[in-house]
Amino acid sequence: MIDSVTIALGSPDTEQPWAELGLKQDEYENIKAILRRRPTSSELAMYSVMWSEHCSYKSSKVHLRQFGDKAPKTDALLVGIGENAGVVDIGGGWAVTFKVESHNHPSYVEPYQGAATGVGGIVRDIISMGARPLAVMDSLRLGAAGAPDTRRVLPGVVAGIGGYGNCLGLPNIGGELVFEESYAGNPLVNALCIGSMKHEDIHLASAKGVGNLVVLYGARTGGDGIGGVSVLASETFDADGPAKRPSVQVGDPFMEKLLIEATLEVLHAGLVEGIQDLGGAGISCATSELASNGEGGMHVYLDRVPLRDASLSPEEILMSESQERMCAVVTPEKIDAFMALCKKWDVEAVVIGEVTDTGRLVIEWQGETIVDVPPRSVAHDGPVYERPFHRPSWQDALQADAPTGERLPRPSTPDALKQTLIDLISAPNLASKSWVTSQYDRYVLGNTILAQPEDAGMIRVDEESGLGVAISTDCNARFAKLDPYAGAQLALVESYRNISVAGAKPLAVTNCLNFGSPEDPEVMWQFAQATTGLADACLELGIPVTGGNVSFYNQTGDTAIHPTPVVGVLGVIDNVDRRTPMAWEDDGELIYVLGDTADEFAGSEWAHLQGHLGGLPPKVDLPMERLLSEIMVAASRDGMITAAHDVSDGGVGVAVTEMALRANIGARFWIPDNIDPFVFLFSESTARAIAVIPRTEELRFTQICAARGMSATRFGVVDSGLGADSGHPGEQVIVFDSQFTLTIDQLREANEATLPALFGG
Amino acid sequence: MTARIGVVTFPGSLDDADAVRAIRIVGATPVALWHGDADLHDVDAVVLPGGFSYGDYLRCGAIAKFAPVMSLIIEKAQFGLPVLGICNGFQILCESHLLPGALTRNDHQHFICRDQKLRIESTETVWTSDFTSGQEIVIPLKNGEGGYVASEALLDQLFAENRVVATYLDGNPNGSYRDIAGISNKAGNVVGLMPHPEHAVEALTGPTTDGIPFFTSVLKSLVGAS
Repeated sequence: MIDSVTIALGSPDTEQPWAELGLKQDEYENIKAILRRRPTSSELAMYSVMWSEHCSYKSSKVHLRQFGDKAPKTDALLVGIGENAGVVDIGGGWAVTFKVESHNHPSYVEPYQGAATGVGGIVRDIISMGARPLAVMDSLRLGAAGAPDTRRVLPGVVAGIGGYGNCLGLPNIGGELVFEESYAGNPLVNALCIGSMKHEDIHLASAKGVGNLVVLYGARTGGDGIGGVSVLASETFDADGPAKRPSVQVGDPFMEKLLIEATLEVLHAGLVEGIQDLGGAGISCATSELASNGEGGMHVYLDRVPLRDASLSPEEILMSESQERMCAVVTPEKIDAFMALCKKWDVEAVVIGEVTDTGRLVIEWQGETIVDVPPRSVAHDGPVYERPFHRPSWQDALQADAPTGERLPRPSTPDALKQTLIDLISAPNLASKSWVTSQYDRYVLGNTILAQPEDAGMIRVDEESGLGVAISTDCNARFAKLDPYAGAQLALVESYRNISVAGAKPLAVTNCLNFGSPEDPEVMWQFAQATTGLADACLELGIPVTGGNVSFYNQTGDTAIHPTPVVGVLGVIDNVDRRTPMAWEDDGELIYVLGDTADEFAGSEWAHLQGHLGGLPPKVDLPMERLLSEIMVAASRDGMITAAHDVSDGGVGVAVTEMALRANIGARFWIPDNIDPFVFLFSESTARAIAVIPRTEELRFTQICAARGMSATRFGVVDSGLGADSGHPGEQVIVFDSQFTLTIDQLREANEATLPALFGG
Repeated sequence: MTARIGVVTFPGSLDDADAVRAIRIVGATPVALWHGDADLHDVDAVVLPGGFSYGDYLRCGAIAKFAPVMSLIIEKAQFGLPVLGICNGFQILCESHLLPGALTRNDHQHFICRDQKLRIESTETVWTSDFTSGQEIVIPLKNGEGGYVASEALLDQLFAENRVVATYLDGNPNGSYRDIAGISNKAGNVVGLMPHPEHAVEALTGPTTDGIPFFTSVLKSLVGAS
């Protein structure tokens, strides 16, 4: 028996499972008030998924508004927050769109498919803006590297990202891999995609034009992922672990590849009025958002939806999150051409409805009306919560526990400093990531200029002019735990710096805000602090937030993860030929550290290795970050620099080691006067970078730094001939005068052995 | 008139744009061929690019051999049409029996992407004549099913007939028998290669430009012939 509108009107007192579907009592009452009757079961399904935390942002909305309210003035933003992804003008008639999205809970339940469909979903977000996807990145956070569950989750996640992304033909150009106990029961899988288009190709998700046709195309609808949005993303895992495998969607990357090509062809042929991808909440989301963004209503014949499983009920069809599906609005004159292109790519397409002027979204099933709602009430007018928040009771004690020399013994002898460097570069968080990245195709499409382990991923957008974009995502969640306001800013400035040292000018920001339960006032305080910190810093740095994603309920039992505001910064470079790589090249090049080093170890990788977390994170200095960025971009543009690297995790010692490994050429260093060697080598003070300058450019470069008030300290020189004098004839070595000497082979062994030893060859 | 070199796009082809770029860089005219084409559009040579044709949900390349355009290519290859199969293209050539042997899942079970050192073993093919014999090059390698397998007798024959085009150096990345990275047919017009020369044609985007001679080789043989 189908629960139609007629039946609902005649049976107002029927008990409905609103609580089981995740709705609160007042939300259910609100739905009845909107409809002036009880909802049908299909309407209840739609409202429950669309009003879930994941789809409606009901707890975060009031805080996210700051990104708009405090947005800096910019001409770069062509499409802002609210669409599938923000669109940024990069010049030359080109625009770029980028977005990062979480797939945390599905990836814990089923690592391979959870991670794979995370890639698929973010790629569809990008194509639904009219852009050709250029590259993907992924930001992964897992429990301690040696923990058994990490060995279950990480290989599956990496295989899933690779298995899906490699088959799509999108280069994977970087990301993050962090191991930290706080993610043991709740790993984070954040996937990013970037795409490009000419300005005239930008498309928006709206259903305009009465009589236009609504086409569903792509994969058939099946029973996978039913209720995934509301059940998986809005419910905390309990300590017994999940038993919800069927809720995770299953991906088909080949279908996604066909969907990309078919979609780009129909868009470029001018056959589409509006377009929307199907992700969380499936047809419910796509039809209500398209109608809500349009001018009128929509009439949908749900029984036309092609099914993989003929026994699905209309409620299940509305909620299914089957992957690789898109929805387009097409005029009747162009429908034949649209269908022909879908047929060319062997993509099934069906007209499931049409745009109307009724102002209602009406869905019909076997001749009965099963949904009749104002689309805006489903898609945009969901509940908004002002959740209570307060500073955690433990925050002051945490901040008071600073890693001073008395609290945490520090290495002071040359041997101890040498061992500290080896410990850091072999620690899971700083060890070579090639065990992961060698499972991803970074070459496909032939436009990858920089990829891991470089500071930023860089992609050529225009082969003729050399115009390109750089992108990086970062977050040290330990900093955010110590101070979420500063922690979010530190994530931003690290990403901003990574873009700048590669030679690109930072333009825009996206984010993926991973937090615990918003119903916990202490978590909500972290969220409020982090969003405010991020919005304030974006305003000061002059780069707008173009969009983002919130993932709440990342906790096990009552224990939340560290607040993890992952920030992605997009930059533009006029000619990728001028990019600055990490590797120095020639003997005699001079190695400078820009910026000042203070005694700042709270939340550092060194303190983490000692099992310590406490104190205040490194000081944020936004004007100095901006100056550093301007100098690095100018140095790249004017050819003053051969290599550069951001100084962050593990400090100067780790930064120069990474450069030496990349170059496979040795260098000699000395510790500057008036600074403790341990502090100089391993402190994580911000607004610093390593710059490698040819001798011929030294005067010009240092004069620019001096004139602009940027401290520049020469502390090394590239030298491939140090082996013989240091007892390692024929080898490349790095020498720290009066401290220690290490061969690059020793460093490489320490750096590269860690992940294979943990996760297999 | 410069040579026209076709690049076939199957559903699921991924490196077709890269192959087109490489052909353009060496000065030839790239021609897009669609898997459903019943016509080779007067091309002088063909590249079967990397990717996952038809999703490779069956054996890699097993469905692609039935594509309409492949029946034309298979026929013309037997009469000397130069054909280069890269990665998935190599798999398609083996499935089509234009080349002997087969490609199997990497012995370590993982997809692998890395800069791979190779030695050019044979310069007696239309795709490698611009190299010097024994030349060592570095080009990207990326595959999940790149392990070349064949009977001992066939392997002996391939080496004896100088049909092993390239071998892996500094570590076998996928368990290929006798480190084989690429082979040719007897006539030397059909070559299958697991690594990707089309990703090593520009200093900015590739590890080297060592991939270029594969494309200049065929261009010279075509220009010389006409």
